[in-house]
Amino acid sequence: MTITLNHFSAAAVFALFASIVFGITHRETTRDMVRYGLYCFAMFLGGALVAGWAMWLLKR
Amino acid sequence: MANSTTGKAEAAPVNAMVVLAPAVGWLIPGAGHIIQKRWIRGLLLMVSVVSMFVLGVLMQGRIYGPNGGDILEILGFIGDLGAGGLYIVSRALDLGQGAISLATADYGKVFIIVAGLLNFISVADAYHIAIGKKQ
Repeated sequence: MTITLNHFSAAAVFALFASIVFGITHRETTRDMVRYGLYCFAMFLGGALVAGWAMWLLKR
Repeated sequence: MANSTTGKAEAAPVNAMVVLAPAVGWLIPGAGHIIQKRWIRGLLLMVSVVSMFVLGVLMQGRIYGPNGGDILEILGFIGDLGAGGLYIVSRALDLGQGAISLATADYGKVFIIVAGLLNFISVADAYHIAIGKKQ
């Protein structure tokens, strides 16, 4: 069995799981864990989108 | 004399959990938290690490062996090794041969390495809970 993800899907799945682990391990309280996890997820995906658009601009 | 007595009094108590939690957490991702009754955290860590590792294998990512020789392969091996039991089982089943004809195999390789690295962080967190540094 083989799974084929496109680049954005792979980045989204990566961001989701990495953010869960970062949130749980880097903060003390449940509220802070959720907030930090969401922050990491936004930064991962936002960073991927910004880098993607930057490369598109450089290519033009 | 007084200093040595104070030093002994301040030393952190060593119990079995200090050794057991990181060891079990490495072997079974998330289990280091579960045996310390952090059920939800443990399950979330387990789902995250196992899902990343399994997705990496399903994307035909490569799993590094211990005799890579090249420095990058050694680093990949160290990352993969972090997944503990998942790494041992997948090596025993001869999974993760890495199909270079597939573009996603490279994503898979990264997923597998990162799953191991995330489990290292999870093990450190289980240790911090065991010594009382974190709730």
